[in-house]
Amino acid sequence: MATESPALELRGIDKRFGSVHANRAVSLVVPKGSIHGLIGENGAGKSTLMNIVYGFHEADGGTILVNGAPVAIARPRDSIMAGIGMVHQHFMLVERFTVLENVILGSEGGPLLAKGLAEARAGLEKLGRDYGLEVPLDVEAGLLPVGMQQRVEILKALHHNAEILILDEPTAVLTPTEADQLFRMLDLLRKQGKTVVLVTHKLREIMAITDRVTVMRQGTVVHNTSTADTSPQKLAEQMVGRAVSLRVEKGPCRPGEVLLQVRELEVKDKFGVARVKGASFDLRAGEIVGIAGVSGNGQSELLEAISAIRQPSGGSIVLGGRDLAGRSLGPREARQLGIAHVPEDRLRMGVVSSFSAEDNAILGYHSQPEFNRGGLLDRKAIRTHCEAKMASFDVRPPNPRLRITSFSGGNQQKVVLAREIDCNPSILLVGQPTRGVDIGAIEFIHKRLVELRDAGKAILVVSVEMEEILGLADRILVMAGGEIVGEVSAAEATEERIGLLMAGVRSEAKA
Amino acid sequence: MSPAAKLPKWAEFGLLPLLNLSAALLLSGLIVRLIGESPWAALKLLLDGAFGSQDSIGYTCFYATDFVFTGLAVAVANHAGLFNIGGDGQAYIGGLGVGLVCLAIGSWSPWIVVPLAILAGCAFGALWAFVPGWLQAKRGSHIVITTIMANFIASALMTYLLVNVLIKPGQQSPESREFGSGAVMPSVQDFLAHFGIKFAASPFNMASLLALVACVLVWLFVWRTKWGYALRVVGQNPQAAVYAGISPQRTILVAMIISGALAGCLGVNELMGSEHRILLDFPGGAGFVGIAVALMGRNSPIGILAAALLFGALYQGGSQLAFDMPHVNRDMVVLIQGFVILFCGALENVFRAPLAALLRPRKAA
Repeated sequence: MATESPALELRGIDKRFGSVHANRAVSLVVPKGSIHGLIGENGAGKSTLMNIVYGFHEADGGTILVNGAPVAIARPRDSIMAGIGMVHQHFMLVERFTVLENVILGSEGGPLLAKGLAEARAGLEKLGRDYGLEVPLDVEAGLLPVGMQQRVEILKALHHNAEILILDEPTAVLTPTEADQLFRMLDLLRKQGKTVVLVTHKLREIMAITDRVTVMRQGTVVHNTSTADTSPQKLAEQMVGRAVSLRVEKGPCRPGEVLLQVRELEVKDKFGVARVKGASFDLRAGEIVGIAGVSGNGQSELLEAISAIRQPSGGSIVLGGRDLAGRSLGPREARQLGIAHVPEDRLRMGVVSSFSAEDNAILGYHSQPEFNRGGLLDRKAIRTHCEAKMASFDVRPPNPRLRITSFSGGNQQKVVLAREIDCNPSILLVGQPTRGVDIGAIEFIHKRLVELRDAGKAILVVSVEMEEILGLADRILVMAGGEIVGEVSAAEATEERIGLLMAGVRSEAKA
Repeated sequence: MSPAAKLPKWAEFGLLPLLNLSAALLLSGLIVRLIGESPWAALKLLLDGAFGSQDSIGYTCFYATDFVFTGLAVAVANHAGLFNIGGDGQAYIGGLGVGLVCLAIGSWSPWIVVPLAILAGCAFGALWAFVPGWLQAKRGSHIVITTIMANFIASALMTYLLVNVLIKPGQQSPESREFGSGAVMPSVQDFLAHFGIKFAASPFNMASLLALVACVLVWLFVWRTKWGYALRVVGQNPQAAVYAGISPQRTILVAMIISGALAGCLGVNELMGSEHRILLDFPGGAGFVGIAVALMGRNSPIGILAAALLFGALYQGGSQLAFDMPHVNRDMVVLIQGFVILFCGALENVFRAPLAALLRPRKAA
């Protein structure tokens, strides 16, 4: 068996985007019937590499071999023909189509649909039986839960006779339980002889399921090893290129007075659907409260209600004896009252991507007297302010005039965090503190948050990264379906316990 | 899909527009050739008509002044993420404001009439832009649709007013009576005469100075005030604006009011500087040319100034061309302007990627 050619082999793949060298002579061997992990920080080039394999981009140089034979892949159609299927991070489903209609997209089998649909139905039922991938075929795809939608994507690939399956950050939208189901499915696929490439930045997943792992950094492969021979710590260091601490170093928590009281808070979206249902909790000085939950369970709306971006439809948010919920306060007033907010989606809300770093460093604070002089913006003060922040937060490169999008995710987040901490708020709301942030910067940001806590601030952290919540929070609230379904102290928190709560299994006795 | 290629500043603002312009002229030359005229002669006539003499320069600057006002109007709205197509209507109604002041108190001292007329022009233009702005901010009606409709309403309203109300009694053509002697924007010719400099007669008047002042003020406002900052945030990322405590609704209203006020200044140039009465359709499409000017000028006042001069030259040189070349008529000139808009606006990225590729190795070295 040793002579069998690998399912997928990449030789010297090279790709440039303008001045960015996204892939430098990348070589990779994925044996048949294995699960191969591809890990690296944002911008390490792993997505680019997979997009080349799938035909979204064409490589500048190098060869792709499938089952030992070189293939030319210029378009996704070429890669599908070569037996490669890809499940994207953002599903490519037509929501109003049924599962069946979605699956036959691209292989309708003639001008009339009936024949293709019948064949597909038979094929899918067999696939479902073979791989334990049962999904209802006649339901609109948009109505299925995300875990199911992902199955549809996998089925679609298998239906197109994929032998090699590429999954890009497949667990980003899944609960831990759903993620485990996915891994069981992948394991089954491996046993049936399929080959899987798992692109992720989560060390835990690599360790849990893969046979081999390739670490990428700055467009090159820096390490290639059997998963059994490595550890999360080693992988993290290889990803970053230096020693890192995966644990959040922090002393014991000394909670002080209650700074913020949230009671029976209800928030509706623009369609009148309640997204937060009767949430009640306290936020004390000197503690970090973490909100765990699968994305889309009301955490965003909760943060936006407290920061006054959204008007709650019921309940109260009491800060220093004043109820903020009833009045029509805006984010500007909330800031003046000492509530700072690092938004979840940095690029959609936290920064203006076409602006320079210095202009982004005053977003929300642009009316403050220190940035204005005689009716005009004080450019000099703005620049000095940004330079100072960049120095104290180690933003690289320390150039205030550079466009914010020219910085890495981690450095962008540092600019946002610096801006929000600058006005010395009593309460800091942080959504996804390290989304799209490289490991090196994660360490820095976590340290800063703990420092703030120790300085007596109240910090509310929303994160979908379980490890982050477990490491950072002193107290954990779990949200599911818009409700706070449980509260666990950091000492008692385990991944299993929170995972169960996230999946909607209520703790019998609230801790 | 790769993002738009980045160019060094000198290429972005110098070489690329020049390249686009050359392509437009090349294609125009081909058309001129096709109808049996010499492209070289046409180009020479065009340039000569635009810059060949003092009075042709005067006319070029006069038209350019119109385009600066409407170009700035489009740019300010653009910075707030609004596509204001209603510059023509706003200029038309703004001109009504100018004209009404000039008709009412035109015999008073110019020191009173001119400022009041400018203010009235701004106010009327602002009002005409405020309505679509309000509909956009409060009702979500798309600004493109409402400003187009406002153009038609402005046009119909002005026709009605000129035919039925403002027309000079006993006259056939729908025009108001002439303004009083105080309601005149001094011509550049008269102004320079004060200093003993002779300049040929043309409608080139001191409204051009107002246009330059407007350029400076718009630049200061957009790039150097907190209101301009808020405006740009709303234009670039409305969600970030809400997050920052900036009200998109209020900002939309502010942007449209300023935009309309700028367009409203066109009447100062056209009516007080040249026609000295209110007449039908005096904006003559300048509001639409303003869109091209803002597009070509990258929404920056200095770029708009340059683009306005270019279009002023095309306008003036084009009339000369139509006059002198038997086979080239007014529509041909519009065609050439169309090519310029097409290449500098819609197709501006055609040369971007090759140019970026061409420049890259040199930059890396």
